[in-house]
Amino acid sequence: MSLGDPAVRQSNLPGPDAPAETAVTFGGEEVDESIYYASQWQLIWWRFRRHRLAIVSVILLALIYILSMFSGFFSPYSPGQRFDQYQQAPPMRVRLFNDGRFIGPHYFGLERELDTETFRYEFVYDDSQVYPLRLFVRGEPYEFLGLFPTDIHFFGTPGEAPPPLLLFGADRLGRDIFSRTLNGGRISLSIGLIGVLLSFFLGVVLGGISGYFGGVVDEIVQRMVDFLISIPQLPLWMALSAALPRDWPVLRTYFAITIILSIVGWTSLARVVRGKLLSLREEDYALAAQAAGAGKRRIIFKHLLPGFTSHLIVSITLAVPGMILAETALSFIGLGIQPPAVSWGTLLQDAQDIVAIAHQPWQLIPAIFVIATVLLFNFIGDGLRDAADPYSEAS
Amino acid sequence: MLEFIVRRSITLIPILWLISIVSFVIIELPPGDWIDVRLATLRDSGIELDDEEADRLEAMYGFDLPVHERYLRWMRGIVFDFNFGWSFQWTRPVNDLLAERLPLTLLISLLSLVVSWLIAIPIGIYSATHQYSTPDYVFTFFGFLGLAIPGFLLALVMAWILFRFFGFSSSGLYDISFVGEPMSWPKFVSILQHLILPLLIIGLAGTGATIRIMRGNLLDELKRQYVVTARSKGVAELRLLFKYPVRLAMNPVLSTIGWVLPAIFSGEVLVSLVLGLQTTGPLLLRAVLAQDMFLAGSIVLILSALTVIGTLVSDILLAWLDPRIRYGGTSR
Repeated sequence: MSLGDPAVRQSNLPGPDAPAETAVTFGGEEVDESIYYASQWQLIWWRFRRHRLAIVSVILLALIYILSMFSGFFSPYSPGQRFDQYQQAPPMRVRLFNDGRFIGPHYFGLERELDTETFRYEFVYDDSQVYPLRLFVRGEPYEFLGLFPTDIHFFGTPGEAPPPLLLFGADRLGRDIFSRTLNGGRISLSIGLIGVLLSFFLGVVLGGISGYFGGVVDEIVQRMVDFLISIPQLPLWMALSAALPRDWPVLRTYFAITIILSIVGWTSLARVVRGKLLSLREEDYALAAQAAGAGKRRIIFKHLLPGFTSHLIVSITLAVPGMILAETALSFIGLGIQPPAVSWGTLLQDAQDIVAIAHQPWQLIPAIFVIATVLLFNFIGDGLRDAADPYSEAS
Repeated sequence: MLEFIVRRSITLIPILWLISIVSFVIIELPPGDWIDVRLATLRDSGIELDDEEADRLEAMYGFDLPVHERYLRWMRGIVFDFNFGWSFQWTRPVNDLLAERLPLTLLISLLSLVVSWLIAIPIGIYSATHQYSTPDYVFTFFGFLGLAIPGFLLALVMAWILFRFFGFSSSGLYDISFVGEPMSWPKFVSILQHLILPLLIIGLAGTGATIRIMRGNLLDELKRQYVVTARSKGVAELRLLFKYPVRLAMNPVLSTIGWVLPAIFSGEVLVSLVLGLQTTGPLLLRAVLAQDMFLAGSIVLILSALTVIGTLVSDILLAWLDPRIRYGGTSR
């Protein structure tokens, strides 16, 4: 949650993943004359392209987003589908070779046996039951992006009611954790984006007002920011989300949670905007524009805003993971998204006590997605920061 | 100095007032107040309640007063009688509950801060003096990871690893066998063992950022003229390092308390929940789930007030350490 204040993280220290050699130098080898008339965005893109870690992160993150967005298609089962006899089944292996012979991807059926000593169910593979995996298989019907109903899944087992392939195992109700993880990403990943958009809007408006008008307005907004930053976020979020009625529809809870998270989220963005506006306002070109008779609005949007858009994009990228973590934490303790709606946080609820994890460690798999997403966003943000900083090659 | 402290303390008053308003809003926020719920459950359980009795209950808790009077009533109780109200869920005064839980919260939070510094400052010094070395990259990477992994997940995973591979159950403040036992040396050791994990995990939230700040500041300081001069005069490297640059670089670290403290209090809530520590965190969650709003509001109030006061203390410390701030005025 406490991803640190982006403002602090934006100090000009080189990122851990940005060692000296990735600092792109123009004017060197392959750069031709195009650099003289390249736009600011082209320069940023050129520098960003060289940032290998960030590029890889963009690709991986896009993959996670696509998998979640089309989770109905990519997951073999629907998130609520229960498989009797498969409660808390461990992750199953996909095999390629049977008896030393390549027969394509397939898996074995699982047999559940009761351990008479511990009275726990044990699962063993039954290699007499071989189920082949095929692409584009008909299965559970779902709505493709909520647009049209279909039942074609990316992969699955052909046949009438075949035993399930549980890639990440099953939860205590016998639901496929793989399908649920992909589906849960929809809420967890989008809440980050929407929450940040909302904070961005608030931050830019309030920070802009504060930075441009100064004086009493500035003082009021800044005290508000100081105040919001100084109180512990999580207890505040907990108390606020407690006020949401449990029986609200998912969508309404979702937006309410987003708003709650943004109440604190806008502050750091407002600081960035204000700080930048204050310093840019004193630049010669802003004065020149003023002298030339440009109006306030024109100066802000035409002259000042382009000066720190890249900076804003970096701040936004670095603010998304904080939102995702906050939603996960709130849902994890049962105050965020309410089941049966699925998010990464609600999935992790099953892994709340050590005993559950000790016996079913695969319940933690959604956590890997959370951590990966957060790290990837941070890597991208770091790459963007280096790329957007016109002085990064000097250091 | 005294003037600085007084001036800085006065700025605290409006912030504390805002905090009390926010906390009160939290108390008032849930739809339908607690008394309705209580009356409903009483009626459900077959107890005959006439309207008169309901009114009496309502008047007793002050639910029939207008909003601003309820706020004044609550504030008066806190300021003059040090009475935070009544917990409906526990049917006990909020004060008693806080007295039970708050000391451990404070202990864990403050120790976490100390642990985080004990780890971060030496690493920051090392990273700055050995810039771009392999350990520098390794430390920065782990600091980064610490930022990305939410504390409660780390607590879960670490607790599982300890349990799985060392057979050590890290939940609770001490081993189950010590429950109800008087304080003894083995119990104390058990407490220490159980505290290490939460302290490390909660502290980790701030460690990465502190390392970066320490490293960056020290790098800036080391480039200064006076360092070069001292070195050219033959001052030993270690003495040179600790005499001025480290001390100067630590000042900004101290000033980060303002946002490290909220992070620690936030982290403490979740980590205590996962590790089963009896702090205000789990208490807050239960209060919030049961809509026991006086308790929830009071906890938010106290945690926020403590953070703000902590920030004030750090500001005073900073002014004491750094005369530039003391004499430069408080304007910012």
